[in-house]
Amino acid sequence: MTGIAITFLLLALLLVWGGLIASILFLRSRPELAAYPAGGDDDHREDDAPSIRDT
Amino acid sequence: MSATPAPQAAAPPREQWTGQVGFILAAIGSAVGLGNIWRFPGVAYENGGGAFLIPYLVALITAGIPILFLDYAIGHRFRGSAPSAFRRLGGPRSGRWLEGLGWFQVAIAFVIGLYYTVVIAWALSYFVFSFDLRWGEDPASFFTGEYLQVGDPGLSLEFVPGVLIPLAIVWILVIAVLAAGVAKGVQRANVIFLPLLVVAFAVLVVRALFLDGAAEGLNALFTPNWEALGDPNVWIAAYSQIFFSLSIAFGIMITYASYRKRKANLTAPGLVVAFANSSFEILAGIGVFATLGFFAFQQGVAVSELEGLTGVGLSFITFPAIVSQMPGGPIFGVLFFGSLTMAGFTSLLSVLQVVSAAFQEKFGLSPRQAAVRVGGVSAILSILIFSTTTGLLALDTADQWANNIGIVASAVLSTVLVIWVLRKGSELRFHLNAVSTFRVGKVWIFLVGVLAPVVLTYMLISRIIALIVDGYADLPPWYLGLLGWGTIAFIIVAAVVFTMLRWKRDPDDFTAWPEYAVLTKEGRS
Repeated sequence: MTGIAITFLLLALLLVWGGLIASILFLRSRPELAAYPAGGDDDHREDDAPSIRDT
Repeated sequence: MSATPAPQAAAPPREQWTGQVGFILAAIGSAVGLGNIWRFPGVAYENGGGAFLIPYLVALITAGIPILFLDYAIGHRFRGSAPSAFRRLGGPRSGRWLEGLGWFQVAIAFVIGLYYTVVIAWALSYFVFSFDLRWGEDPASFFTGEYLQVGDPGLSLEFVPGVLIPLAIVWILVIAVLAAGVAKGVQRANVIFLPLLVVAFAVLVVRALFLDGAAEGLNALFTPNWEALGDPNVWIAAYSQIFFSLSIAFGIMITYASYRKRKANLTAPGLVVAFANSSFEILAGIGVFATLGFFAFQQGVAVSELEGLTGVGLSFITFPAIVSQMPGGPIFGVLFFGSLTMAGFTSLLSVLQVVSAAFQEKFGLSPRQAAVRVGGVSAILSILIFSTTTGLLALDTADQWANNIGIVASAVLSTVLVIWVLRKGSELRFHLNAVSTFRVGKVWIFLVGVLAPVVLTYMLISRIIALIVDGYADLPPWYLGLLGWGTIAFIIVAAVVFTMLRWKRDPDDFTAWPEYAVLTKEGRS
């Protein structure tokens, strides 16, 4: 490979993969806010949906 | 003709991802698709090589990530599929007609689902063909002749069993996954297939790097052509690549974000998703061009003399030809077509979840009912239109219009309506910052409200003019009218019809959290 092509290959890896690593590290260091606004109790569930009849 | 909701019992609790990692994997699985493997490498090569990195990163940061955040904010704040979310965003005054934008996006996803499945079915066939290099000496005529049996442009009902059978298999699998729900279906499939895809593709790239001529291929891809940066079309190509690659602006990320719990970080995982998508593109660029370098070396030509460097031609004609010439070719073929199948499948799940979620909410269906009904209708249409001898042309045409006009129009409409007409930019920015650890500044509103619509409108208008003036792929005008413009007409009609139908459960019985108080007005200048 030529020097300039290697430079740009490394640059691409540095910027894009580096961006990925940086964003993962950022997320790991700050996974969630310490305090949320009041309310917002979840409307969620992790299990199966209750069966709903659509007749 | 009634959009008046019928008040019913309170909405059932919403499905959700099991956690942050589950969401991130599913969102990456959605973003990493066929385009990462077969589109990015060729686009980068043709638009400046190493120099393309600059417009590409600029597009990622100024348009890709901001629109991704916009989708996240809409889906997460208004907790619904595209129609519910846009309706709630519009509020009592504008909600009813804004719901139409949601259905416009759902209809695009529906159309894309019909043919995206077909490409995955081809990849699955070629995965099997790789074991005995069934395409023989002439992969081009094998693909269009023996395999697809391509006929004249038209509408034929002459089915091609070699396509129909894998297509039916893909539809059965996708319906089964969607029916299992968000956590046990979509997330689980991504948790399995995404790591498998990365490993399989990484093995392929390492193998490719050791082929003769690989260095020449990488030289071709990474040597910068600085003059390209002065060409506006190169910048448009970068914005298009980022835009189409990230699965933004047609409901996917709205739907996926709606399955996060309310107190969930949005922007920081969004950065991981966006950079992971681009990281896979760079990896694909290295793998594809190292392989193309080998091909050029074998033929004793320069990489610049090769043809078929993107899309269907790259995957189903050029790559099979290369695999045939390579020591250990069958393994390489299995890795490549296996990767293509997995990348496509996880993206397909997200496309169809957009449709399934919208039907669940509007018609009060369970995930299973929606998967079976939406998937069943889609499967029949998909098989009727695309597993026949005219399937390839129909696919190519529908794809051209659904993507370049449908999705781009959807993005222009979303950004202009949300930021300019409804002036929801501040509220959505407030929402992102209220739940996320990576704060977005006011510049975000400028990027999604001004820069993105300007670039996207230019892309949209120039494409419409080109398609009207030049037609497409030398196909007859009546055919383009039917399958190209007809696709857009179908999407618009579907958007209007589904907006007018009655809701099973009142979608407006909803309070956005956290409350966006008027006091934030003082923050405005």
